[in-house]
Amino acid sequence: MDLNTKFTPQSWPDHPETATMEAKNKFVGFWLFLGGETVLFATLFATYLALKNSVPDGNEFRTETLFELPLVFVMTMLLLTSSLTSVYAMYHMKNYNFKGMQVWLAITGFLGLGFLALEVYEFNHYIHLGFTFGNSAFSSAFYTLVGTHGLHVAIGLVWLTLLILRNAKRGLNLYNATKYYTFSLYWHFIDVVWVFIFTVVYLMGVVG
Amino acid sequence: MTTVANSVGQKKGFGATLWDWLTTVDHKKIGILYLIGGGFFFVLGGIEAMLIRLQLLIPNNDFVSAGFFNELITMHGTTMIFLAAMPLLFGFMNAIVPLQIGARDVAFPFINSLGFWMFFFGGLFLNLSWFLDAAPDAGWTSYASLSIASTGHGIDFYAIGLQIAGAGTLMAGINFLVTIINMRAPGMTYMRMPLFTWTTFVASALILFAFPPLTIGIFFLTFDRMFGGNFFDHTMGGNTIIWEHIFWIFGHPEVYILILPAFGIFSEIFSVFSRKRLFGYSAMVFATVLIGFLGFMVWAHHMFTVGLGPTANAIFAVATMAIAVPTGVKIFNWLLTMWGGSIKITTPMLYALGFIPSFVMGGVTGVQQGAAPLDYQLHDSYFIVAHFHYVIVGGVVLAILAATHYWWPKMFGTMLSEKLGKITFWFFFIGFHMTFFLQHFLGLMGMPRRVWTYMDGQGWNLFNLISTIGAILMAIGVIVLIINIIVTTARNERVGNDPWEDGRTLEWAIPSPPPFYNFAQTPLVRGLDTYWIEKQEGHKGYTAAEPVTDIHMPNGSIIPFFMTLGLFIAGFGAMYRVDHSWGLGVLVFGLAFTFLTMAIRSVKDDLGYYVTKDQIRRMERGRD
Repeated sequence: MDLNTKFTPQSWPDHPETATMEAKNKFVGFWLFLGGETVLFATLFATYLALKNSVPDGNEFRTETLFELPLVFVMTMLLLTSSLTSVYAMYHMKNYNFKGMQVWLAITGFLGLGFLALEVYEFNHYIHLGFTFGNSAFSSAFYTLVGTHGLHVAIGLVWLTLLILRNAKRGLNLYNATKYYTFSLYWHFIDVVWVFIFTVVYLMGVVG
Repeated sequence: MTTVANSVGQKKGFGATLWDWLTTVDHKKIGILYLIGGGFFFVLGGIEAMLIRLQLLIPNNDFVSAGFFNELITMHGTTMIFLAAMPLLFGFMNAIVPLQIGARDVAFPFINSLGFWMFFFGGLFLNLSWFLDAAPDAGWTSYASLSIASTGHGIDFYAIGLQIAGAGTLMAGINFLVTIINMRAPGMTYMRMPLFTWTTFVASALILFAFPPLTIGIFFLTFDRMFGGNFFDHTMGGNTIIWEHIFWIFGHPEVYILILPAFGIFSEIFSVFSRKRLFGYSAMVFATVLIGFLGFMVWAHHMFTVGLGPTANAIFAVATMAIAVPTGVKIFNWLLTMWGGSIKITTPMLYALGFIPSFVMGGVTGVQQGAAPLDYQLHDSYFIVAHFHYVIVGGVVLAILAATHYWWPKMFGTMLSEKLGKITFWFFFIGFHMTFFLQHFLGLMGMPRRVWTYMDGQGWNLFNLISTIGAILMAIGVIVLIINIIVTTARNERVGNDPWEDGRTLEWAIPSPPPFYNFAQTPLVRGLDTYWIEKQEGHKGYTAAEPVTDIHMPNGSIIPFFMTLGLFIAGFGAMYRVDHSWGLGVLVFGLAFTFLTMAIRSVKDDLGYYVTKDQIRRMERGRD
């Protein structure tokens, strides 16, 4: 692959993310990886449901009293919006508009950062209440499920930052188009997992 | 961007050779690394097995202590499954599958190398437990209530070692899947893929969906033991049965991850040495996929006695027995492949012939255990030990030994001695049945599994004695194989493309061992058993799909080695954090080191290099 090939919006392929053999491999491989991730989160969800509100005698922490929906609603909105902005970024990527893509990705990153900050605040708040990781089986399962998602967000943010900075000067080519595209897949996946966490952990925790 | 390829046959110093192996991304070399690593752990697990059998030689024996015996059985099982059987199969998958589909490398050469190093460092971590503290002692299944109660760091070594090795396995699985989906040569449709490629494909899909639960299960165990988690502690609201479910949701597909490639190996061997097309090819493919699918539906048959209730037990019992159907389809297809064939009894074929009755016996006892009421009688007895050794040794290990003899010439360019090979087979085969056949009866007579010793006067003495003698015969067989390898390598008599003379698949159409770019021109595949078709039409080699062009090859890299080293260091930090203040620092340093190497990998462009057509023409001419 030649990185020096210059493209115009006209010569840029319709599907730059799968335009080369390496890109096709990355594309399929990443989808499969997300399949494995799905099973990983499914295991965490199953464990959480099995241990939900399962606490030793005298322990007061329950989903109904612990969770506050307004905060989680804001987090959800931030992450859902960041998924939308990453779609805008990919729209610009397909149209060979490098600047537009970078800007929308940066916005995606800031929204993700906002989500993560609120999650840190939320966990910090619970810990101050005494709901620590080792408080009960319920707390272990909660922090592991939601924390694994949070870790995915954090890793995604580092990945995104590296992508934006590394390619800032040289622009789009067929080598990094796939890297951007797989990042957007990853970001959507994190978003989908959050939708399930919001439903299963928070909504069903408070309402169910 | 075009750089000169390593010239073939140039003498290199020790340092350069070592560097070459540490940084290689060539699937054939990684295959050899897997064989060396897996072979080493196979011998280690074998030594553990011998110590177990020597302890059980006579009643009231105290050859080893009870605690050490627990460590031995745990490490024997864990080593043989995770560090011997799977890596050895990965070795053959790596070396052979790209050749069978006409590819020049795997889809992700870098990740391939990373997968190997993670397996190797994970295995190393696990086995350092022998020297550093105490080895894990809660059985290879490490059931939670037992493993949470185990003192010392034994189980920590198990959890972290398997976490690292398991991640490597997952990467290898994704890599094979993408390789087979994307890298097939023109004309190599799915229904023209050799059976070994098909079984690798399905086994890789099983890895993709079975290993993430193991990852999570081990994280729970790690959290409970090292970070104050409460998943399995019932006094804190935890539930120990969760571990059993998660472990077996991984563990049952795992045995199909092992046996399906073994089926693939034997399918190749039966067809080649019967000089006949594999009987019922499409039924074989369908059966492989079906076994893979059903493999996920039966995990609770390991937990019949837990008390899930009659409804759950009945469903899982029926699902379990259903697996016997596609497996039976396979057995009959192999028999009918031989039917009317022109059979050549070579060493690989001997293993294949020995495999059928051995594996069928293991399958029959499997169906017996699948009947839930009977399993209440058989559970935790030596009958179980006999059963799973019949399927794993009688299936997987026989296949690995067969593949070693069958593909040795392709991987190393020399032919293992047929005479010594047959001696290996007979020692191993007779020893295997001697060891495990009588264990069925020991189980029926009431001998529980995992006992350190037993009392005199229960009628178990003779069978245990015979069993131990059988184990010694197996060890002799393995020693003969090692001698065979040393003698063959020392003699170094080079062989041609198709040393068995009846090769049917693409790997036999190219030199042994193949050049680093595998195929000078991408092959054109015109049907099942590609190379056989070419030979029938009087062609030498294969039909090319393209003129000689520049070949794109991946660059070697040391990053996978360091990436894994970081995790290896972090593992010690996580474990010793509880006793020493430096533990946390080491944990953070190791993880940061790994993330740094990942960042370097992400930021540094790795575009590979080109071998020019002139260089290829020169190298191809040099061979003729």
